[in-house]
Amino acid sequence: MAELTYLQAISDGLRTEMRRDKRVFLIGEDVGVYGGAFKVSLGFQEEFGPWRVIDAPLAETAIMGACTGASMMGLRPVAEMQFADFVSCAWDHLVTVAAKQRWRAGTPVPIVLRLPSGGGFSGGPFHSQNPESSFAHIPGLKCVCPATPEDAKGLLISAIEDPNPVLYFEHKHLYRRIKGEVPEERYTVPIGKARTHREGSDLTVITWGAMVYTADEAAQQLDGDGVSVEVVDLRSIMPWDKAAVLESVRKTSKALVLHEDNRTGGFGAEIAATIAEEAFEDLDAPVRRIAAPDTPVPFSPPLEKAFIPQVDDVVAGLRELAEY
Amino acid sequence: MALEFRPVAVAREAEPVGSLHEVREAGLDREDLLGIYRNMLITRGVEERGHILYRQGKIPGSFYTGRGNEASSVGVATAMGSDDVGTPLHRDMGVHITRGVDPWRIFAQFMGRADGPTKGRDGNVHMADPNLGLIAMVSHLPAMLPVAVGAALAFRIREEPRVALAWFGEGASARGDTHEGMTLAGTRKLPVVFVCDNNQWAYSTPTHLEFATEHVADRAQAYGFEGVVVDGTDVLAVYREAKRAIDKARAGGGPTLLECLTLRMEGHAVHDDAFYVPKVMFEKWAESDPIERFRSWLRANADMTDEEEDEISTGVKKLLNDALKRAEDSPMPDPADLLSGVYASVEDLDTPHHK
Repeated sequence: MAELTYLQAISDGLRTEMRRDKRVFLIGEDVGVYGGAFKVSLGFQEEFGPWRVIDAPLAETAIMGACTGASMMGLRPVAEMQFADFVSCAWDHLVTVAAKQRWRAGTPVPIVLRLPSGGGFSGGPFHSQNPESSFAHIPGLKCVCPATPEDAKGLLISAIEDPNPVLYFEHKHLYRRIKGEVPEERYTVPIGKARTHREGSDLTVITWGAMVYTADEAAQQLDGDGVSVEVVDLRSIMPWDKAAVLESVRKTSKALVLHEDNRTGGFGAEIAATIAEEAFEDLDAPVRRIAAPDTPVPFSPPLEKAFIPQVDDVVAGLRELAEY
Repeated sequence: MALEFRPVAVAREAEPVGSLHEVREAGLDREDLLGIYRNMLITRGVEERGHILYRQGKIPGSFYTGRGNEASSVGVATAMGSDDVGTPLHRDMGVHITRGVDPWRIFAQFMGRADGPTKGRDGNVHMADPNLGLIAMVSHLPAMLPVAVGAALAFRIREEPRVALAWFGEGASARGDTHEGMTLAGTRKLPVVFVCDNNQWAYSTPTHLEFATEHVADRAQAYGFEGVVVDGTDVLAVYREAKRAIDKARAGGGPTLLECLTLRMEGHAVHDDAFYVPKVMFEKWAESDPIERFRSWLRANADMTDEEEDEISTGVKKLLNDALKRAEDSPMPDPADLLSGVYASVEDLDTPHHK
């Protein structure tokens, strides 16, 4: 197995599918000659040509609408939003057309939308957001948020194979920071299955994306206190692995839900409510949530640090929960 | 001195169709012409009966018609090839009819029955049979333009000689989807024909408050392709211009914006009495009724006899009466089925579109 960065694993997954299936094509702003703003598709246009690696005008509505139309004609489009934030310009096509077409008109829309998301490097209010919960709310869309290079490749291949619109949230802060073993061959990671990132017996943290690493660091500190923390990496937000979450919570009896998105209406609220509804008798403490406050993502480093949940915040939350 | 801006027409204004000879040149024989007439009658008949059903309380929600738009919708659809695809909107019933949708399924759709193409999940003309190359519209009207552009992109990627047709109204031309779809189609010279049914009213808003050029089609030049304005009540002129645009797209010549100047002989929907439309306009429209216009043309130029005319109208009446009965026999959808099909399964990909 090769050691790849998270970003290289995404490229590897996309290249694997484009070599295997000529119906797969990539469209987005600057994805061709430039190789994408983050260089995920560097060298792709040379290999696959300008009609499979398509530089689009700065027009997210056209990109998403065109993907919908092309998918209905039997192709397997993968679109890149330059930043996840710009998906707001494609909202109508995702939510109004793509999400509802199978249910009301019987025609599936197998598309993948790659969304470089997340903050941590002073991207400010328009280059840092984590809009997954908005889309998880829309029936007909699937949302995945890989945290490891292995999952980044396997979930991308699953997303391309899937007969539905899949939003693939790739966390920018993990792109070059996180490395891991990635199988060279083609494999899939099932959409809707969580992964136990760290086993533990006293507390459960349920999280996804870059927060998996924040949770893990916090868990290491709690380990020093003699408290054993389990970290569940959800990997998929819609559908989400309710069974795995409930199983872990039943084992530990205490749950903390952690995400980088804003608190109110964030997907953590859905998880907390589900635990309360279905595992109330197993709980020894109220479910706790740690999330970003309800503000836009700030630019300046001290403000951004105050916005994105930090290891210390999670450590404090876990200690409170352990002592409850 | 204040500068005065005067809009200058840049789109080509198409001539009306005159003789039978000219029509034969365009590839239509006499049978085709009678077929077009029949499709126009079915189109209007479906909507007239739908209106009655609505007044009888058998159609939930609201109800929309395309009365006055029959020449535009049937004319363009007649020019499409069998492998071409399109995204007709709510004034384009004639496209569904011309492509061959069974009217009884349309009535079932109107009434929210299990046998409607959307099985009661959506209403009105929010339907399409993928087997006939049609894609179901959404209420956000110009949203289907980029979708048709995407279909054309697929044809270009696979180098197939197929064309996508994208319908929209002059009202929908104001939204960004129209601009973005045309930008992508123009830059990539995709095989798509944009058909604007300019019926002169966006609900209650007249054209001069919708766009500032003389024609919607004048914009085509800015996107790098040809704009054509045609009298949308002249089915043969619509056919001829649509055929030219479709042939051009198929041959690699890129998109065309075809603007059909048409009529909205009723309100925006059945609840709207259209008080804001000047009475003289309705009177003028009645004189340009596209069906009456084509009927007169057929009698004068193609020797349509009384017998032929009777045979066609009797046949249409019987078709629609039988269709109504069959639709009324269709059951209501089962609420237990509500949750099925939110997500597609791999088997669902076994559709004509996905081959």
